[in-house]
Amino acid sequence: MAGFIELAYLVAASLFILGLKRLAAPATARQGNLLSAVGMLIAIVATLFDQQILSFQWIVVGGVIGSALGLWIARTVKMTAMPQMVGILNGLGGGASQLVAAAVWHRLMQPGAILPLDTAVSIYASTLIGGVTLSGSIVAAGKLQEIIPGRPVLFRFQHVLNLILLLAGASMGTYLLISPGHPGVFITMNLIALIVGVLVVIPIGGADMPVVICLLNSYSGLAAATTGFVISNHGLIISGALVGASGIILTQIMCRAMNRSFTNVLFGGFGAVSKVALAGGTVGPSGKSAQEISAEDVSILLAYARSVIIAPGYGLAVAQAQHQVRELDELLEKRGVEVKYAIHPVAGRMPGHMNVLLAEANVPYPKLLDMEQINSQFERTDVALVVGANDVVNPAARNNPNSPIYGMPILDVDNARHIIFLKRSMNPGFAGIDNELFYNEKTFMLFGDARDSLIKLVNEVKTA
Amino acid sequence: MSEGLVILLVIFVLAMFVGFEVIAKVPNTLHTPLMSGSNAISGITIIGAMIVAGMGTTTLATILGVIAVAFAMINVVGGYVVTDRMLQMFKTKPEAKR
Repeated sequence: MAGFIELAYLVAASLFILGLKRLAAPATARQGNLLSAVGMLIAIVATLFDQQILSFQWIVVGGVIGSALGLWIARTVKMTAMPQMVGILNGLGGGASQLVAAAVWHRLMQPGAILPLDTAVSIYASTLIGGVTLSGSIVAAGKLQEIIPGRPVLFRFQHVLNLILLLAGASMGTYLLISPGHPGVFITMNLIALIVGVLVVIPIGGADMPVVICLLNSYSGLAAATTGFVISNHGLIISGALVGASGIILTQIMCRAMNRSFTNVLFGGFGAVSKVALAGGTVGPSGKSAQEISAEDVSILLAYARSVIIAPGYGLAVAQAQHQVRELDELLEKRGVEVKYAIHPVAGRMPGHMNVLLAEANVPYPKLLDMEQINSQFERTDVALVVGANDVVNPAARNNPNSPIYGMPILDVDNARHIIFLKRSMNPGFAGIDNELFYNEKTFMLFGDARDSLIKLVNEVKTA
Repeated sequence: MSEGLVILLVIFVLAMFVGFEVIAKVPNTLHTPLMSGSNAISGITIIGAMIVAGMGTTTLATILGVIAVAFAMINVVGGYVVTDRMLQMFKTKPEAKR
């Protein structure tokens, strides 16, 4: 029977890998997700045959509650809130690992039971990683939901404190190896893991949350893998490693897109950095004024253009204007205008977020192009329409070495013949940096809420 | 370090390499579903949770196990369902107006 269960786990792990492989293209992705889910079902059913399980009632209770909650969240969550949702799910995964570690530890502390060294080390690793993932994810989700202030919360000796706590946690683990059977010490270790999670995420600014979510995604996988070490289960180790690898890759991609080193994100506090930069390096002579334009004039530019590229930023999602963008896109396409979308990797609040938001608004995915694919096309484009984005199109990233965003890869909208910004006001973006592109002679500003402006544009294009 | 642990480490490291190879091919467009989908996979902790919840050795271990089952199940069900919800929105052509 044990061999059969192990084989079932192997099948499950293979289905996870095949499922992830199918995520390489939107056409097969849904099928891939289904394969992965089937793998999970196989793993769960196989586990029910495990001889160590004596009663099922409590498994059913936990399973039913968890399924109901999971289904409810998954059905009701708004696509704009997806980063928070993924954050919470990461946290629960970490929490589950921490709880399993604690349960195994408690069982092996009973009279007559022995705690092998390997298992003990795995339990302590699972406790630390799981705990950090749980509390860190809750703080990250809180920042994204704006329940917790998004600005970096910094205090003196923060990193020293983190280091001391980690060392304390590690030495408690070592102490327990030598002299096990101190529940107090074990509980303290659990608490330390939770505190470290909070302290690690709290100094990171809201705008860096995408990186943190990716990192915690990785941790949730590693936590699952450590649980695999605790109960010597190959299936858990393989699956956890897959997720761990996925999170690491995404973290790297996000860091590259923001031109930030990983350590800089973790120890940075970007909001604090940019204030200094604003005082020091004001780009261009101050008092320069941008050219304002009316919705009517923009609609004429758009309606008689041959090609238009829309560069959406998170401001678009905040204004809930995805559907209006799609409407404008359809009207223009009907007139024979070629419309494409330029998606910067950090356009949303997590990797690929903007693509999901536009897909929800029924924009076909072949029209959404990555930065690398579209940058060469701007010079052949009549109008670049920037909706709710700023820093990701700021040429200072290319040509002002003093700018805090210098070196960040950007969308080259400045190569288009005309650039239209839909913006609330002249306020700078999150990095607090002025954008020289606003003052370019090819650039026009259409002020107002992105959604209102787009509604106006749609009406104007209809009559143009 | 026991031989058993070494074998587990070998599996872990090799699976990481497989993960890097497979995930690197996922396009930017699908990174959000990738995250929620891989989230569901990390809910595999459910296996460990089920075992500790069902062993019935100590009351405390059972309680911790049940909470762990619930947590991991939210992860599994929530992760797969929301991923499916997102992926069905990705279309090559605009849908006919409903």
